[in-house]
Amino acid sequence: MANLGPADYSPYPVATYDGILTPPEGKALLLTDIVDEEVAMREIARVMLTSENATIFPGPQVLYAWNEEAKKKATLIKEMAEVLNAKMIPMYDYRPKYPKIDAEVEINPNHPNLTIWHNNIKACIFIGVHCHYANVALKIVRAETDCYTSAMCALSGHEDAMATIRDQHSEDLARFIQVAREVKQELGK
Amino acid sequence: MSVDIYKINPEFRDIMPKEILDLEDNATWYGEKRGINDLTDKKEILEEHSLCAGCPEAAALRYILASLPTPSETVIVNSTGCTSLMFPHIALHTVHSLFGNQNAVASGIKRVLDWRFPDKTKDVVVLAGDGATIDIGLDYTLQSFFRQEKITTICFDNEVYANTGGQESGSTPKGQVFKMAPKGKVFDKVPMWELAVTSGCQYSVKLTASAPKSVAKVVREAILIAREMGPSYIHLYTPCILEIGLDANEGLWEMKEQDKDRFVSFKYVSPEAEEYLKNCKKEGIL
Repeated sequence: MANLGPADYSPYPVATYDGILTPPEGKALLLTDIVDEEVAMREIARVMLTSENATIFPGPQVLYAWNEEAKKKATLIKEMAEVLNAKMIPMYDYRPKYPKIDAEVEINPNHPNLTIWHNNIKACIFIGVHCHYANVALKIVRAETDCYTSAMCALSGHEDAMATIRDQHSEDLARFIQVAREVKQELGK
Repeated sequence: MSVDIYKINPEFRDIMPKEILDLEDNATWYGEKRGINDLTDKKEILEEHSLCAGCPEAAALRYILASLPTPSETVIVNSTGCTSLMFPHIALHTVHSLFGNQNAVASGIKRVLDWRFPDKTKDVVVLAGDGATIDIGLDYTLQSFFRQEKITTICFDNEVYANTGGQESGSTPKGQVFKMAPKGKVFDKVPMWELAVTSGCQYSVKLTASAPKSVAKVVREAILIAREMGPSYIHLYTPCILEIGLDANEGLWEMKEQDKDRFVSFKYVSPEAEEYLKNCKKEGIL
């Protein structure tokens, strides 16, 4: 089991206990601070590039080709994983798994900590996970692991992630990839 | 919504597990002729389940899922009970309602779907146990029939509240003793299939799950009738082998026995629905 998480970032497993809310439009949330999107993007890229076993968790909204935007995002997320030197583990559905999940190949919102413990993941990005399940999973990860979580959300963001950027559509992902490339160069990775 | 929601983006195929790739490659979805014969060589929509070994309810659910005319356009509404342990494992839209109000929830869903997708055919199928359908939810069940809601209601009748230890239900036969009903049932089994007819169902059938092809035929007919005509009802015997003291391999035997006793076949089809089914056969839909 990894070290417990909240001590690193917050004493509570639920961010709203700390008075943390989702960021306003055009802004991002970095731990407890509201910041400009670019600041959050740079920090997410830095954490992903410098943490052990950085992993992207794509959810059903980007895994399946259900509309044109999802197809565009899939290409960009693949590129993002290459730029960040990150692994990808899918959250392909939300069904509970019996007798247990295979933590090497999937993450499940009902016990996401198992995947993070098993793979010793120290930083991750949630993307394309439906908000209600992202909220559940991020709370469990926050309470049970020391993983730095980032949420790239197409809607209003997730206060339980360490970093969250909201209203992220394909053009915003392209911008993030560009920022990540710059950070990577600065870090000499 | 369309079957596209099950198509995996090619960028992610290398990280998806086999069961999900199989769902895309080898399951029957919209537009294909599908049926229980697919159970032998196609990917099932029910991935796995947590019911007891040999549970007839699990087999019945597999037959039903394989018989849905268009699974990708189907919403299943379920209720508390043994069945609700299986629904999280289905790769379809399922809604778990509060104990007993499944037909009220299904009515709302069906109406909204008709409003939201006027050019598509959406099926809403209620799958609930006898406790939810006949005892706790009887009001909601019958009211949906009175209102002529275009939904299909399937009752998995195991004649007992099984997963709470064995209490008698309205569907328990007279005299039956259970662990939590030691004096035996005093009243007769509620004839829900007859109430369904009286309450306005266009189609009401009572059968056991002993014959997969019969279950498949009835499910298709009931859903087609619900699309066009009004409510349809299927009363399906799926015994709880644990509560009546049978082994895992004895469920089929029990259902075959009851084919000749309490669950001797009952089928009502309204004259209009009968005419409609004939047309469906002519058009090759059935």
